Amino acid sequence: MAMKIGSNEFNERVGQGIDDAFMRGAVSGAQDSMGVRRSNAAEELGNWEDWRSHGEEIRQHVLEHLDYYLEQLSKNVAELGGHVFFAETKEEANEYIRGIAQKKQAKKIVKAKSMVTEEIGLNAVLEEEGCKVIETDLGEYILQVDDHDPPSHIVVPALHKNKEQIRDVFKEKLGYKKTSKPEELALHAREMLREEYMTADIGITGCNFAVAESGSISLVTNEGNADLVTALPKTQITVMGMERIVPTFEEMEVLVSLLTRSAVGQKLTSYISVLTGPREAQDADGPEEFHLVIVDNGRSDILGGEFQSILQCIRCAACINVCPVYRHIGGHSYGSIYSGPIGAVLSPLLGGYDEYKELPYASTLCGACTEVCPVKIPLHDLLHKHREVIVEKEGKAPISEKLLMKSFGIGAASPMLYKFGTKFAPTALNPYTNGESISKGPGPMKAWTDIREFPAPNKERFRDWFKNRKKEENAHGRDDSESR
Amino acid sequence: MAGTIQNQDKFLNKIASRLGRERISSPVERPDWKYRPQDEVLKNASQDELVDVLKKQCANIHTDFYETEKKDLPEVLEQIVSSYGGGPVITWKDDRYAQWGLESLFKKEWPKNNIEVREWDFENGEESIIKAESANAAITISEITLAESGTTVLFSDKDKGRMVSFLPATYIALVPKSSLVPRITQAAQKMREMQQETGRVPSCINFITGPSNSADIELNLVVGVHGPIKASYILINDL
Repeated sequence: MAMKIGSNEFNERVGQGIDDAFMRGAVSGAQDSMGVRRSNAAEELGNWEDWRSHGEEIRQHVLEHLDYYLEQLSKNVAELGGHVFFAETKEEANEYIRGIAQKKQAKKIVKAKSMVTEEIGLNAVLEEEGCKVIETDLGEYILQVDDHDPPSHIVVPALHKNKEQIRDVFKEKLGYKKTSKPEELALHAREMLREEYMTADIGITGCNFAVAESGSISLVTNEGNADLVTALPKTQITVMGMERIVPTFEEMEVLVSLLTRSAVGQKLTSYISVLTGPREAQDADGPEEFHLVIVDNGRSDILGGEFQSILQCIRCAACINVCPVYRHIGGHSYGSIYSGPIGAVLSPLLGGYDEYKELPYASTLCGACTEVCPVKIPLHDLLHKHREVIVEKEGKAPISEKLLMKSFGIGAASPMLYKFGTKFAPTALNPYTNGESISKGPGPMKAWTDIREFPAPNKERFRDWFKNRKKEENAHGRDDSESR
Repeated sequence: MAGTIQNQDKFLNKIASRLGRERISSPVERPDWKYRPQDEVLKNASQDELVDVLKKQCANIHTDFYETEKKDLPEVLEQIVSSYGGGPVITWKDDRYAQWGLESLFKKEWPKNNIEVREWDFENGEESIIKAESANAAITISEITLAESGTTVLFSDKDKGRMVSFLPATYIALVPKSSLVPRITQAAQKMREMQQETGRVPSCINFITGPSNSADIELNLVVGVHGPIKASYILINDL
């Protein structure tokens, strides 16, 4: 599975999302519970705005000095005996890793925390080599067992599945015989995966934050799977997006604290592992060989431009958990492993406007995402910038948007037409109106009303109401401003 | 043996060029950050206040908290292990167990009661991993303990295998009271000092906060996924 998921058009994906009642219930429930946990964890600190500002200044400093910190990191990793490979494209990254698998004659590979490996489509390459590739995060494992069902949330990838569906998948694929209780399902996965860890040839991980000064990488999990993946196989390969780096342990801890609070409202997750080089001379566990693959894959094109701040992202999903659009359409609708507001900004940059031109429109620009971002990425501004680029430079606005813009342009440019339009609206929309709302709108309104209701226009226009009110006030000789 | 670096220059040159400047060739000073909110957390808290914070946090992370004097440590440990269903027990190879009065429990009382005590042995690495995998309880020592988050910090080395804390079904950490600090900030500072003084940090530093868990199935919390299913911390007051 690469960054792109599914082959349906955006509108079809949205339609499927909206029709999936369980998914929508799960998403809104998840948003509510994770949103509350995040906001409690933030409030508890008392000075959350300072934390955000600190996160922002660290991330901005790193991006401005990125070449320096990556050079320092690679020098330190090599001094510890690790191997560093800089991959400008996903193909370069995949070929390097394929080469290691061949050299090690790897049969079995276990993986953990590996969003960037999804982005570059690594699993398919390794499977081509005849390797059995096993995702070990419980959510990702469930999806993999279910014939590679795509993830729908950055932090909770199998959010769209209920426990009965998971039981059925385990029954069919893994010979599972117990109930749909989450505890029993998880225990079964634990037993299946234990065996895999113990016998894997290579462990592959992502990287939450690399530490330039010490040559370390850090991994943040609740399950502990990253620890088993990095301790048991003889070879470890860590794949990191090139921007996931900090100067020292002191900045690492700040970003880890921001990440765990923002993602799940935890002070820290159950496991945070800081790994420095391969195992030491007499160690009996940990990898004998360590490879760090640093991936560009379109990121450098974002640097130095108006979207640079998106590279501050620490993948906490706080923006996803508050997004009203994600709430209604779910993760699969975005057609990318990166969903929600972060996905709507990042996917067009990494995957191109041709593929993802609709995503910046899957937003109400309400700014809830920007408000919760722990590193202060102005997400809704970036979404707006995308729209400008799409409409002005690329001329690729989705068709209904174009019509809407055009008709609004004509209507708003002429006072007469505008007057007519607003006056006519209640009548024109009458056939679609159900009491106070519109649930099946025509033309450009359809995309909106497929998802939610649109308030019906008032019978009386604001302009008319205001005029009449003024008349009444004058008649009673009262100045409204005094009563405020 | 030094490792290798491939494709670095072209890659980094592109980054510099996108940033509109030459490659940075002289060291970048670590900035004097404008914000430092991390220093405010539990600032000026006494060691006893940190104990209270840790105790409360343990309830949030599904971890049993015990407090004892050194002289009663064997008894407390014995009770916890039997509440976990007994052995086999696995430990590091570490002199501190004996210094803290556990030698007789490990070498006499437990074996007598059919509780096998296994010690990590790097010279028989494969066997040590298998022994850890089939152990019921791990007994580790927290080097730094973070009050705010309820986190124990373990440093790996040849005698302190990484897998001792992960593979067994249950996790027990011995926590000297003197190891308590307000939060992860102080641990990061210590790690940095260690790195600057000795040129490196242990190959694996684990921050462990309670048992392994997951909320991946309908956001239901399941405690005990890949790592330990239960966890206990024993705070030793006079250490």
